[in-house]
Formats: sequence, structure tokens, C-alpha cells
Amino acid sequence: MPDSLVADRPAQLQTDSGLDIQSVAERFGSTGLVPLLQGVRRSPTALVGVLLLLAWAVCAIAWPLLAPYDPNQFHTAARLQPPSAQFWFGTDQFGRDVFSRVLAGSRDILIVAPLATLVGIGCGTCLGLVAGFYRGVSSEAVLRIMDAVMAFPIVTLSLLVVAMLGPSVVNVILVIGLVFTPRVARVVYASTLSVRDLNYIAAARLRGESSTYILFGEILPTITAPIIVEATVRVGYAVFASATLSFLGLGIPPPAADWGLQIADARTFLQSAPWTVLFPALAIASLVVGVNLVSDGLQGTRTRSS
Amino acid sequence: MSGPLLEVENLSVAYGSTPAVRGVSFEVARGEAYGLVGESGSGKSTLAMALVRYLATGGHVTGGAIRFDGKDLLALDAAALREFRGRRAAVVYQNPAAALDPSMRVGDQVAEAFSAHSRLSTKEARRKALEALQQVKLPDPRSVYDRYPHQLSGGMQQRVVIATALAGGPDLLILDEPTTGLDATVEAAILRLLADLRRDLGVTVVLISHNLAVVASVCDRVGVLYAGRLVEQGRVGDVFAAPAHPYTRGLLASLPGEHSRKGTRPLHAIPGTALSAAVHLPGCAFAPRCEFVRAECTAAEPPLLSVRAARSSRCYFADEVLATPIRHSPDHLEGTAQYPAAGGTQLLTLSDAQKTFNVSGGRVHAVDGVTLEVPSGVTVGLVGESGSGKSTLARIIAGLEPLDSGTLEWRGQPLERSVERRPREVLRELQMVFQDPDSTLNPRHSVGKLLERSIRQLTGLDARARRSRAADLLAAVDMDARYLGARPSELSGGQRQRVAIARAFAGSPALVLCDEPTSALDASVQATILNLLARLQSEQGSAYLFISHDIDVVRYLADIVGVMYRGRLMQLGSAAPVFDGGPRHPYTQVLLSGSALEGEAEQTGGCPFQASCPRKLGAICETQVPPWRETSDGGGILCHIPLEELT
Repeated sequence: MPDSLVADRPAQLQTDSGLDIQSVAERFGSTGLVPLLQGVRRSPTALVGVLLLLAWAVCAIAWPLLAPYDPNQFHTAARLQPPSAQFWFGTDQFGRDVFSRVLAGSRDILIVAPLATLVGIGCGTCLGLVAGFYRGVSSEAVLRIMDAVMAFPIVTLSLLVVAMLGPSVVNVILVIGLVFTPRVARVVYASTLSVRDLNYIAAARLRGESSTYILFGEILPTITAPIIVEATVRVGYAVFASATLSFLGLGIPPPAADWGLQIADARTFLQSAPWTVLFPALAIASLVVGVNLVSDGLQGTRTRSS
Repeated sequence: MSGPLLEVENLSVAYGSTPAVRGVSFEVARGEAYGLVGESGSGKSTLAMALVRYLATGGHVTGGAIRFDGKDLLALDAAALREFRGRRAAVVYQNPAAALDPSMRVGDQVAEAFSAHSRLSTKEARRKALEALQQVKLPDPRSVYDRYPHQLSGGMQQRVVIATALAGGPDLLILDEPTTGLDATVEAAILRLLADLRRDLGVTVVLISHNLAVVASVCDRVGVLYAGRLVEQGRVGDVFAAPAHPYTRGLLASLPGEHSRKGTRPLHAIPGTALSAAVHLPGCAFAPRCEFVRAECTAAEPPLLSVRAARSSRCYFADEVLATPIRHSPDHLEGTAQYPAAGGTQLLTLSDAQKTFNVSGGRVHAVDGVTLEVPSGVTVGLVGESGSGKSTLARIIAGLEPLDSGTLEWRGQPLERSVERRPREVLRELQMVFQDPDSTLNPRHSVGKLLERSIRQLTGLDARARRSRAADLLAAVDMDARYLGARPSELSGGQRQRVAIARAFAGSPALVLCDEPTSALDASVQATILNLLARLQSEQGSAYLFISHDIDVVRYLADIVGVMYRGRLMQLGSAAPVFDGGPRHPYTQVLLSGSALEGEAEQTGGCPFQASCPRKLGAICETQVPPWRETSDGGGILCHIPLEELT
């Protein structure tokens, strides 16, 4: 070897094959989205969750084609009928087909829950990033306010706000988003703290990047995995919260075929006609379980990879 | 009983279906110290774990045998294995802090080890534990007994771990990188302890390390591992004096030392990157990187051939390798590289810098009155052990850590303390390369994006120019343009540091702060990075502030040397006199001689080094801060001893 300065050039050429061996997953780093999805694929329970969610998504989009009756049509001759070949899930006190109403109810909840989660994740991520990146009085203030908001039970806080703003789909989304914000902020804050002192952040500061770029161009991409996992957990809670608000009469106004609303309307007939409550309740449960199974699958991948 | 204590025969280990150790055979005689040397991925730690049947999940022995005292270890049942571990063989791991229970007094942990091996009363176990702490030469064992692990330094923690390992009276002590992560002076003290324990207890030692010097100082014989194979074996003195395998030869030649110097005598790096044990080649595993390679080498893998007495090498041409001396100085480079002489314009001036941190239990002076100048085009090397404040100093200069008091000047003009307030032109000229290759690059950005972003921020070139400049930068650090699309996770540690260096050079900087850029890398990779830094400097004329705990690395690169100890600059001066017979601070002397240092002194009003100083004068050192004695080259030494007596 005549010259070691030249000698370390072939060093790089010989490792070129390393690029081809790498799987697609590794391209996204250990915190990326692809390994998360691969983990879901490998886990049978997560697969069940995905199937449940897909089934409800199909209902939400195509219920007018699937439902045997108009969900608001009164079959006056057939009130409180038990499940039969004609009415699969029975009928309610107005003679409306419970099966059709359960199918129709999926649309509202599949709009409200993800949107509310999106609001919560968006606000929480911004607050968590800012609080984690700038240490100091302002970040302490943000965190303490978040703690104060979190001290209220979800329902109490939602009741308070909806009672002020009045029930509507938009308000339900905003309220649930608001309730979720501090919880998401906590997660994002912790993740931000774990990367803010890493060398690549120092390198970004050294090349004169703005704080906005460092927050959204450097930190955010590296903490997407915990945010995604948090989001899936939150969707499950959002389904519950939305159903709860409807049940209390603070959600989507009647006569919408909302699941929480159906349970609230039919609860006086619980003993004589349990199917009027059972099927909407099962619908809520299956959707929440589906979301949680997917979420568990994602979290499992994260703990395994870390 | 006669026969070797430990016999490893054709041992193969795999994780799942991925081989990690391939057909390794060696024997360790009673009372012998056997060293296993290898770089990361060579399978040395896997081998250590296999010796006590304690492989990580998924790891399993796929072939061969391990015999301890004539008995087949692989056939032991769970009860016998439990008896074997601790009583017959004990392991000391790399990170002592992780081996100790943080919530338990260290003495009780040692006592627990004694009562685990034999039925002892609590009092008896305590007495034995105290004896054991004495045996590992902990100062004031009684007070150490009642302390918690976090109250001990890394070196003291490792002594406690060794005491625990010795509690069962093992015949075999396996040490897996026992001094990695410890300061050089503490490392020397631990190695001396190991030598004493061997002499006093007659314990057999298997020492695993990436550090050739550590193995050389403790072991009788050494085995060199490469890609899961044993490539060379022999007596330590013979192997290191004249290696019989090209890999060993390359490893030795890649270490910086007295024989090497940037420009004129560059390090002899091994080309290519280390082969993974998982990869199967038809021929010799080292053939792709070997300078002795012939057609035979790639056709079939050579067996471990016996060369001379008690030597073996997995090389067809071992005799030729033996006969070829290591050339430390490729002659045609002599005199070609011109380094700008010291004394040009001053780039950076730091005066009386002070920085304290609040820690639990008070304030720590991380940087205490440091005055330093960096002229353009030269390398200022800063050497110091952990806690000396050298990295804090770099972060202060970079503007990442605000200065408490003192002044910073850039090209004679006052420099803003915070990087956010510095003008773009200064950012372009003042860049930094960090220590940890794992966190230096954002894992979500491709190499091309990383580089282009830096180019955009520092030079303001348009998109087309940025793309071609990124490819040029990558070429300048000897990387192929195809890596532009790669993510950091696809790169090796050395490649990541190359990209980090390319990023720092995006705007043709005048000064690059290098904070231990090679300390996390293997020796052969370190050599290529050091050579790269030297070449970039000679091509671009950038100055470096090069920070390292390794005085040999600083000796290789630096034109001006600073020695730091507990936040203070103890010595500053041109490299030549510091390394070749000029006056030296007693601490510089300790670092250069590689001698041991054990002193847990509190900060006093006097000289920070007085508690450990081998040349302490007396009370004056404890009460008065020493004067800064200026040397003829513009540097100085912080010591009460006059310069003439320090030479």
C-alpha cells in the first residue's frame, strides 16, 4: 500500500453492496412508519383490528347500499320487535330498523373520531414541540396549564364546553380535540426532550436554521412513530367520548342515527327490548376494540425496536 | 490436575441463522492470561458469553465444544451451570455502572455475592466483603462499603465489580472490555490491579478487548478475531512485535503513536470495511482488504496454520507477512504535504473563559479561566480526561453553550456568545464535528438532503449548484455519489463520521471544532478518519480545534497542544517541544507515560492536580493557584515548579 490517503478510497467502494442488502424498512430509520406497519402485519391480533376497522369503514361509506331500510323510517306496525328475519337487529320504540340505524350511525362516528383526534394531535404536537424545545418559564407555563386541563375528567370538561357552545358535530370535534391536546402534548414533550440535545440538532443550530425549521424539519420527523401510536390510542378514546356526549344529549342532535344517541333513546326499554341498546353498544365496543388492537400492534413494534 | 483449564474446540455460534463466531479453537492453561482482540462485529463478546453459556436471546452454539477442566460445558444441566458460574468462572462486563444495583450499598452487594456462593452468617459475609474491597485496592474500604454505586467513580465501580466476581473464588475470570470507557490513567490502574490479582490468586484470565495495548499489558498469549474467525494466535510479545497475519499487521499499523505524524508519516489504514461474520466468502475472509492477496486466497479459506513455535496464523503467506516489517512512513509522501506555519492570523481568541454548571450538591467549574488562541490553518489539539471541560469548551466556542464570563473574538472582532445571534458568515466559517456517530446525522434525512441543506444554509447556492456541490463534498471524504440517497442507518460508524465531516466542510470553513470525532470508532476506521482530516486540512487550509482523550491521536494531528484538567488549561504549547523533550507539566508527563492515576480529590483553592500530582511540592500546591509560566513559543505551563525543572 503505497499511500494510505489513497488507500482509504476503495474502502467506500467495497461496501457499496451494503446498500442493496438493506431492507426498505431500514431506509426509514428505527423510528419510521414502515417498521410500524410491518409489525402490524406480523401480529394476528392487529390484523383482526384492521379487519374490524375496514368493515366499519365500508359501512360508513356504503351504508345506503347495505341498509335494508331507511334508518329514519317508522314501521308503526312493528314497534319494539325482537330480531327476526325481517328486522335483523329488531326495531325500536318508533318501529325504526335497528340494523339500518347501526349501519348508518357508523358514518358520524367515523367522521367525528378521526377528525377530533386530528385536532388533538395537531394542537398537542405543536404545544409539546414548543414546550420541549424551549426550556424555561414559558414552557413551564404551557405544561402547567396542560396539567390543569388534564385534571378535569374528559366528560366534565366536554360537558362544560358543549353546554356553552351548544351541541353540533363541529363542536363535538373541537371539544374532544381540546380534551386530547394536553395528553398528546405530554407525549410529544417527552419525545422532544429525548432528541433536542442530540448532535444533529446542534448541527442544525450551527448552520443557522430557524427554530421553526428545527422543530418541524428536524425534530418532528424523528418523533413521528410515538405520535402515530398516540393517535391510534386517541381514536379509540374519541369514539368513546363522542358516544358519551351523544348519550348525554350534548353530541349530534336527534334524530341522527348516532350510536350514543340510540342507546340514550332506548335505555328505558332496556329490560323489555334489550336489542335496542345491545346492538349500538356492540357497535361502539367493536370499533373501540378494533382501534385498540391496531394500536397495541403498533406499540408492540415500537417496544421491540427500542 | 494437568491439561488446560479451558479448551475451546472449533466453536461456532449463531444468532438465529446468522453466524457470529465461526470455528474458533483455543486453549487457556491454568494461571495463564489469554487475550482476545477484535474490532466491533468480530464476535469477541459473543465468544465471551458462549464461554459461560450465557448467550443473548436467539444465540446458540451451532457446533464445536467447550471443555472446562476436562468437562464438557455444553452438556451441563441448569443446576450444574449455576454451580459453574461464579464458583468456577466469573465475568466482568464493560459498563460497571450497569453491573451494580444502584439502590444497594456496594459493600452489601459484594457480601451478597459471598453468601450466594457459600452459607455464611451476615457478619461473616460482611467481613469477607470488606476483605475483598481491600483486595481490589479501594482506598478506605470501610467508607466505600457503605456508599452507593453513583457515589463512586467509574474506576472504583469497576473494582467493586471485580471484587464481586472474585467472591466465589473462580478459577477463570473473563473480562469483557473491562476498561473501555474509563480514562487512560484509571485504565492503567485497573490493569495493574489485574496483574496483581493474577499473581496473588493465581486466577486464569480471559481478557477481551478492542484495545491492543490493554491486551499487551495483561496477557501472556493473544488470539486475534476477524469476522468471527480466529486469524492469528501466539505469545503477546511475538504477535505485536511481528504479526503473522495481514489483519493483525494492519491493526497495529493503524494506531497513532510516536512513529506517525500527519502529512509526512500518515497512518497506515486498512482499506475497506470489516467483513461481517455473517457473510460467507469462498476464500479468506480478509482477502478483499489484504495487501498480500493472491489467487489462492480467494479460492479457499486458509486453515489456522502453524508458523514458528507457539504461533499460528490463518494465512497462506504468513512467512511473507512475518518477514515484511510494518512501514510506518510511506516515503513518497515525505515533504509533499505543506502545512501552513503557526503564527498566521488569529482566527479565534478566547480569554479567561469561565463556565459553571449547577449540579446536585453545588456548582461545578466546567471551564475555569481558559485562555486560548487558534491561528488559521493549524490544528490545536486539546487533550484531557472525562470531566476536564474540553467538550464544554468546544460547545462554548460553537455558541451552543453560553459563556458565563470571559471574551470570545473571531478574527479580532467580538463574537456573539449564542450561535443564534452570529452572522451567517461566521457560521459558514466556524463548524463542528461531533463525537457520537449515531446521533450526528438526523436518521430521517438522506445523506444528500443533509448535505444540501447545509450547503443552502451556509452558501446560498441555487438548487442545481447545491446538488453538484453535495456530490463533490461526498467525493472529498472518499465516499461514492451513490450514498447521496442513503439514510444514516445504512451507513457504518466511520461513514457517518465522513458525512458529518463533509457537512462541516459545506461552506469551506476556516475553523472546524472536532469533538472526539474518532473515539467511538474502531482503530482501523479511526486511522482513515484521521488521515482524511489531515488531507482536508492540507487541501483547504482549515484550522482545527481537535479535542481528544487520546494523547496519541492529538500527537498525530496537532501543531499546538493544550492539556486540560478539571476545567483548567494546565499546559499549552507547540506540539514539538511538548512531545519531544520540552518542558512538561507533571500531568502531561503522566498522560504521555501512560501511568496510573488514582486520586479522588475535592476541588480546593490550590492547583486542581495537586492531589494526584507525582511532583507535588507541598502546602503551596494546596492553597495557591499556580502561576502561568510562559514558555518561549508563546505557550505556558500552570505549575509552581519552575520551567527549567519541568524539562
